[in-house]
Amino acid sequence: MSSATHFRYEVLRTLRNRVFYGVTLALPLLLFLGVASGQRHATFNGTSFPLYFMTAMAVYGSMFAVVGPGARIARDIAMGWTRQLRITPLRARTDLTAKVASAYLLALPTLVLLYLAGALLGVRLSASQWLELTGLILVGLVPFVVIGFVLGYLMPIDALTPTLGGIVVLFSLFGGVYGFELAKSGPLFDVMKALPSYWLVQAGKTVVTGAGGWPAEAWIVIAAWTVLLMPVAALAYRRNSARA
Amino acid sequence: MTTDVAPEGGIVLRHLSKSYGLVPAVQSLDLAIAPGETVALLGPNGAGKTTTIDMVLGLTRPDHGSISVFGVPPARAVEAGWIGGMLQTGAPLDHLRVRELVALTASYYPAPLGVDEVLRLTGADAFAGQWTTKLSGGQAQRVRFAAALVGDPDLLLLDEPTAGIDVEGRRDFWHSMRDIAGQGKTVVFATHYLEEADAYADRIVLIAKGKVVADGPATEIKAQAASRTIRGTLPEADTAALRALPGVLAVDRHGDAVILSCSDADIALRALLAAFPAIHDLEVRGGSLEEAFMELTADAGHTATDVLETAR
Repeated sequence: MSSATHFRYEVLRTLRNRVFYGVTLALPLLLFLGVASGQRHATFNGTSFPLYFMTAMAVYGSMFAVVGPGARIARDIAMGWTRQLRITPLRARTDLTAKVASAYLLALPTLVLLYLAGALLGVRLSASQWLELTGLILVGLVPFVVIGFVLGYLMPIDALTPTLGGIVVLFSLFGGVYGFELAKSGPLFDVMKALPSYWLVQAGKTVVTGAGGWPAEAWIVIAAWTVLLMPVAALAYRRNSARA
Repeated sequence: MTTDVAPEGGIVLRHLSKSYGLVPAVQSLDLAIAPGETVALLGPNGAGKTTTIDMVLGLTRPDHGSISVFGVPPARAVEAGWIGGMLQTGAPLDHLRVRELVALTASYYPAPLGVDEVLRLTGADAFAGQWTTKLSGGQAQRVRFAAALVGDPDLLLLDEPTAGIDVEGRRDFWHSMRDIAGQGKTVVFATHYLEEADAYADRIVLIAKGKVVADGPATEIKAQAASRTIRGTLPEADTAALRALPGVLAVDRHGDAVILSCSDADIALRALLAAFPAIHDLEVRGGSLEEAFMELTADAGHTATDVLETAR
């Protein structure tokens, strides 16, 4: 009962934030249409450019969506709401679960919107391929959810917002989200392949080549980021509750 | 916890201590509050009122000692929804309207009051549709009060609920508080307004330097202190010498007038006349609650100047 209402209000608070629509919907959609409409028949990275860039922009917008709870955590702390919650029967775990669930729910409109825009520019996938693409993206976003939590607990809100934006942009730049890859081989390419954002962008190509999902390397990278960040998040959470 | 009915037992704090680094905030504090009592924790800033309240709320862990809230530790009482707290800051949450914030808070409790009822009780119904970030100080305070109340807790802990509120707002607040306390709730509030403690609490617990220095009804505290004041005219008075007289607790000077707060006015008066024969226009008066307060906190090695100023 309490968790359903809490979840509903978490979603509502995000939907009332106009900036949210700008960075998760308008920005990736406009970038996609602006860049890909002139290159409908181009190929890139061994697949069609619209498929590649549709995936990239869906990843871009949804990365912003899933780091959002981090910003809400920092705002809750700054406004004293975190302390107020701690003196109600609501469990901290329920609050965290609601924030993760709302992050994922709010990433879905970005994916649907970019899929529609992709279809408009000629991207054709089977139902199972669309689903597989969605599944891969949702899994690949996990480290970004955790990054949002870590920084949300550690940083004050005014420093956090630009930091989260900067982190998404850096992951995007090195992951090939902006429609070009910084390197095709060498040490820089090794760095790129160690980022979850790189594999997120590759998801589009992965589903059409029918390889049955990412190569093992991708799963290892995403799992490693998650496993390494989780204890940091737990530590940041505990540090904050000790201080509050 | 499946029941919303708090068992008997009230609130018991035993040998409670908490330090921040080397600074002791609360020192071996003992306090027992019966169910249904309205108790004021009165003391100057830095006396340890907020730390005590935070420990009862389970927000701060004591270094030593124990707390029992209706027979269980604070965390379990909070979990059961028996405690409602009004912190000095907090509650207004962005992107929500007042009514939504109160409804959201209500959803956390097993048996909340009606949201409309609470908005009306606290006077927040007039601006229920307002964004919580666009409230005046007085409005935000009502919303925090509504949030503390909506879970229908058995214990209400209010940390300086009227800080920064104008006189009229304070009167309205205590008006609704009385209605609510009349419903059998246990209410503990921290304040440094002497009149508030005197007017609205059944019992005053005076705290200074992290210790309970007096505990009882307002009248009893006055009697306990038995403070008297000596006034007189003494040009170019040496306040340090006056302060050193036997029976004198504190000295105040206004131009040529001197005011001595005394623990024993008889002894002080004899010593005063012997040491300063030039003093004239003498007047000896019974103590007010303010003066009692000063004496009691002075015993704990604390000057109560800031409290007396805010009480005026």
